[in-house]
Amino acid sequence: MLLIECPYCGTRDESEFTYGGEAHIVRPLDPDALNDVEWADYLFFRKNSKGILQEQWNHSAGCRRWFCAERDTVTYKFKSFYKVGERPVEDEA
Amino acid sequence: MSRLERGGRIDRGQQISFTFDSKQYHAFQGDTIASALLANGVRLIGRSWKYHRPRGIIGDGAEEPNGLFQVEQGARTIPNVRATQAQVYDGMVLRSTNAWPSVQFDIMSVFGLFSRFLPAGFYYKTFMWPAKFWMGYEHIIRKASGLGASPKELDPDHYEKTNAHCDVLVVGSGASGLMAALAAGKAGARVILADEQEEFGGRLLSSRARINGMSSTQWLQQMRAQLSELQDVQLLPRSTVFGYHDGNFLTIAQRLHDHLPLAQRKGAREKLWRVRAKQVVLATGAHERPIIFGNNDRPGVMLASAVSSYVNRYGVKLADRAVVFTNNDSAYQAAIDLADAGTLVTLVDSRVDSRVDSSHDTASDDARAKAAGVKIMHGCAVVNVIGKAQILAAEIQKISADGKSISGVVQRIDCDLLATSGGWNPAIHLFSQSGGKAIWNDDKACFETGKAVQEQFSVGAANASFALQDCLRQGLDAGQRAAAASGHQPVDLDLPTLEKPESTELTPLWRVPNMGKPGHGPKAFVDPQNDVGVSDIFLAAREGFESIEHVKRYTALGFGTDQGKMGNISGMAILSEALGNKISDTGTTTFRPNYTPVTFGAIAGPEIGSTLSDPARKTAMHTWHQEHGALFEDVGQWKRPWYFPKAGETLQQAVDRECLATRASVGIMDASTLGKIEVVGNDASEFLNRLYTNAWSKLGIDCARYGFMLGEDGMVMDDGVTIRFAEDRYFMHTTTGGAASVMSWMELWLQTEWPELDVYLTSVTDHWATAAVVGPNSRKVVSAVVDGIDFDKDAFPFMTSRAGTLLGVPVRVNRISFSGELSYEVNIDANYGRFMWEQLMAAGADYDITPYGTETMHVLRAEKGYVIVGQDTDGSVTPHDLGMSWAVSKTKDFLGRRSLLREDCVRDNRKQFVGLLTQDPAEVLQEGAQIVNHASDDIPLPMIGHVTSSYHSACVGRSIALALLKNGHQRFGETVQVTTPDGRFVSAEISSTVFIDPNGERQNV
Ligand SMILES: [Zn+2]
Repeated sequence: MLLIECPYCGTRDESEFTYGGEAHIVRPLDPDALNDVEWADYLFFRKNSKGILQEQWNHSAGCRRWFCAERDTVTYKFKSFYKVGERPVEDEA
Repeated sequence: MSRLERGGRIDRGQQISFTFDSKQYHAFQGDTIASALLANGVRLIGRSWKYHRPRGIIGDGAEEPNGLFQVEQGARTIPNVRATQAQVYDGMVLRSTNAWPSVQFDIMSVFGLFSRFLPAGFYYKTFMWPAKFWMGYEHIIRKASGLGASPKELDPDHYEKTNAHCDVLVVGSGASGLMAALAAGKAGARVILADEQEEFGGRLLSSRARINGMSSTQWLQQMRAQLSELQDVQLLPRSTVFGYHDGNFLTIAQRLHDHLPLAQRKGAREKLWRVRAKQVVLATGAHERPIIFGNNDRPGVMLASAVSSYVNRYGVKLADRAVVFTNNDSAYQAAIDLADAGTLVTLVDSRVDSRVDSSHDTASDDARAKAAGVKIMHGCAVVNVIGKAQILAAEIQKISADGKSISGVVQRIDCDLLATSGGWNPAIHLFSQSGGKAIWNDDKACFETGKAVQEQFSVGAANASFALQDCLRQGLDAGQRAAAASGHQPVDLDLPTLEKPESTELTPLWRVPNMGKPGHGPKAFVDPQNDVGVSDIFLAAREGFESIEHVKRYTALGFGTDQGKMGNISGMAILSEALGNKISDTGTTTFRPNYTPVTFGAIAGPEIGSTLSDPARKTAMHTWHQEHGALFEDVGQWKRPWYFPKAGETLQQAVDRECLATRASVGIMDASTLGKIEVVGNDASEFLNRLYTNAWSKLGIDCARYGFMLGEDGMVMDDGVTIRFAEDRYFMHTTTGGAASVMSWMELWLQTEWPELDVYLTSVTDHWATAAVVGPNSRKVVSAVVDGIDFDKDAFPFMTSRAGTLLGVPVRVNRISFSGELSYEVNIDANYGRFMWEQLMAAGADYDITPYGTETMHVLRAEKGYVIVGQDTDGSVTPHDLGMSWAVSKTKDFLGRRSLLREDCVRDNRKQFVGLLTQDPAEVLQEGAQIVNHASDDIPLPMIGHVTSSYHSACVGRSIALALLKNGHQRFGETVQVTTPDGRFVSAEISSTVFIDPNGERQNV
């Protein structure tokens, strides 16, 4: 069971959280400006990356806040946690 | 008794008795079932699964495939208890698992005579065809080979769970585990040391090695004493770490009293530990594997390490004459142990005199064995054993250096024990569960742990370092490093010294080649529990199986309760040989939890019975419904009245009565379960504009509007009526089942995409109790008990809301309808729910007010063609498909709007929402039934839609149905064919979805 750090509450068991898929997918401000392919890209297509993925989590059985995390999809290890609207801290190196 | 005069860790002062297949035996405190039976000279303990060959104990731990017993009877019976791991207690009752009618005389052993006709995949090939015979075969096979019987009564025991956190969890208490725990504990770390055995010590419990100048027994005693002095070290014997999950989260099953006589048991039977560890040290040891040869499953063929255990740890005199067959150095100790216990031993080493150049001369295993009187044969192999229920002799031949061929005369050596060692398989199960990848090591001929994925160390035999000196050193090192990594300052500890280093050299030999072709000659078993032989694996390879995963499933290799601990690695090596591959290319399998079987009781813990299921939510009127004979149905977590039958009424009769009464006079339904969310804030209107398909800004105060919520993919997600209470305050209804997900959906958008909106959400579903009063007389009923509201039809029109009081208690009355009738939904503080309900019932008495449940609600709405999201829609349906384009704004953006313009959403031939009227008005279609154009078309008939709702309607006087049908909106009046469960086709006419009051006049009176 993963340990997840809610930026508002602290570290809790995975069972308190709900997964929300890839983060930083911005809803187009003018959907009509997009053709079907571009809209489908926003709607359906995700990176599905092997390695670090930025994703959304909801502390659904806690404070109910959404936040973001960077997680390795191979090892499941979290690299960082940050609030919606923020960007992950870049590695120093 | 076959007991040595001295020695062993059994308490000879405490004799106990037990029964096996109704016969009484004696044992000592400290015996396992296996050691007790062996000490009584019982070799034949069961029959094999497929061929019903006689079987005996092979191992001394979790790898044991044969020693499975049914322990106790009645409610406390436990199937498949592993004899090598369960302690025997006074009064224990054992039955053999795999014999019918008895272990001595087994009817099914006739299968063994036909073994050539029962090869790998025999189930698939033989018994599955013809299909109708399967039931008959299965009955016999199950009876013949059933692996134990589960109790039929409720489990009388109870079980506990506990959570724990620690700095270092050490799994396994052998030499390396003890060193790791002591090093970490001395450094001040909070340590949990868990071991599956009765006492700590691992393989040292069976060893005669001398550590720091003492016997291993004395050294263990000293280590245990030191550990128990450390306050922050928690010691858990009889505790199997069976799962290693993400985030260094491990699960431990602690057996609290299975080792005690029934009368002495108190408290919980098992405790499940859920442990979060900062660091984990895996000191799980290794399982010895046999070398495979002809008839190697005969009782009396055992693992060399198990032989040492039974002799040294349990003081069992195993044999007068023994043959030890090995390809490595570790088995020499078993030969010495046997010889010192008075057994005449011949050691057969498949290696060609490998110790001539041995550097450790007089202290060498070779020299020590000779000194103990062991006769040693090099370059030889056991090709076969003689004897059925008990071995009588071993047949030995020369074997080539590469292990590929045998030659020369067959030499027969009489023996009643054959100990074998083909090397060791590290117990990497937990490492593999943790996400780590096993790597094949050619030199050591075993899988070893690769890079640790979690905060973890693998040490000792689990790390493919089998020699005691390496186990001690690695354990010490890992304990110190784990302590440091969890924030503690390591302290110096002396590495224990040994009299002599152990040697574990090995030349791989998996099986002794057969003189004949594979499939001929004596059967040689890889997985004794599932009767998988070398020939089965060769057969699978010949038939084209290449992946070990497929071969396992085809042959059933590793599918027994030992989960392949005995045979899997050997099976893979033999498959490699059959395919001409390297073992590293054949791959391994992933080990999954659980390491050994865990009881359902331990997993369930106290969460049994009604606490096992979802919590039941009940409305404030629930007790009234119960008192008035309601039958309930589950809607999500809610218990909703389904219908209110009167004496003798069927469901259909009750629903007919409820429907007719409601449309003729007045009905009342508990609508409290509908989701209710308050949406408040300066941007509430804007938020609803974005959320719903229709526009909200212009909705008047106290006015209501029906809205659709779509997913971003344009598909209907939820629907409901929302009322504006104030400029900045809305009261939203969701479906009963969708309340929680709609709330999450709204939070998601507010928090992630539109945080600038000034909107606050509150779920108020449970705050309000709601009664829907429905029918032409509903105004008279509601106005009789509610004050402060002008119920005049123009003053309080349809789709508006008013605040009033009911005997002084504030209520909110919404004039909305899900039935097409004049209807008022009265909301009150949930604490007054039953009070309100009773007032309404009293006021309605003159009009024969009729309570109804969900079934009547469904019929009433279907008569009007109202959609139920999730029943008439399935995640692929748009509002346009439902014929409800009127609810979709063309002038503003909303979630899902752009998707409605996608090519797929505007194409022809989408499934659309229509009504169906069967030709025979008495025929009620099956919900979910498929629809075709013509039953006479060529098969496969194209499916053009399906029935979503179907009822007998008393008000319409016939059956009615709703359906999703391709291009349905263009096909009104046409006839289609609908399938029935009994294989007929029924003609039905495509109709409007509205079967009653098409102009909607009844709700506007
Ligand atoms: Zn939180």
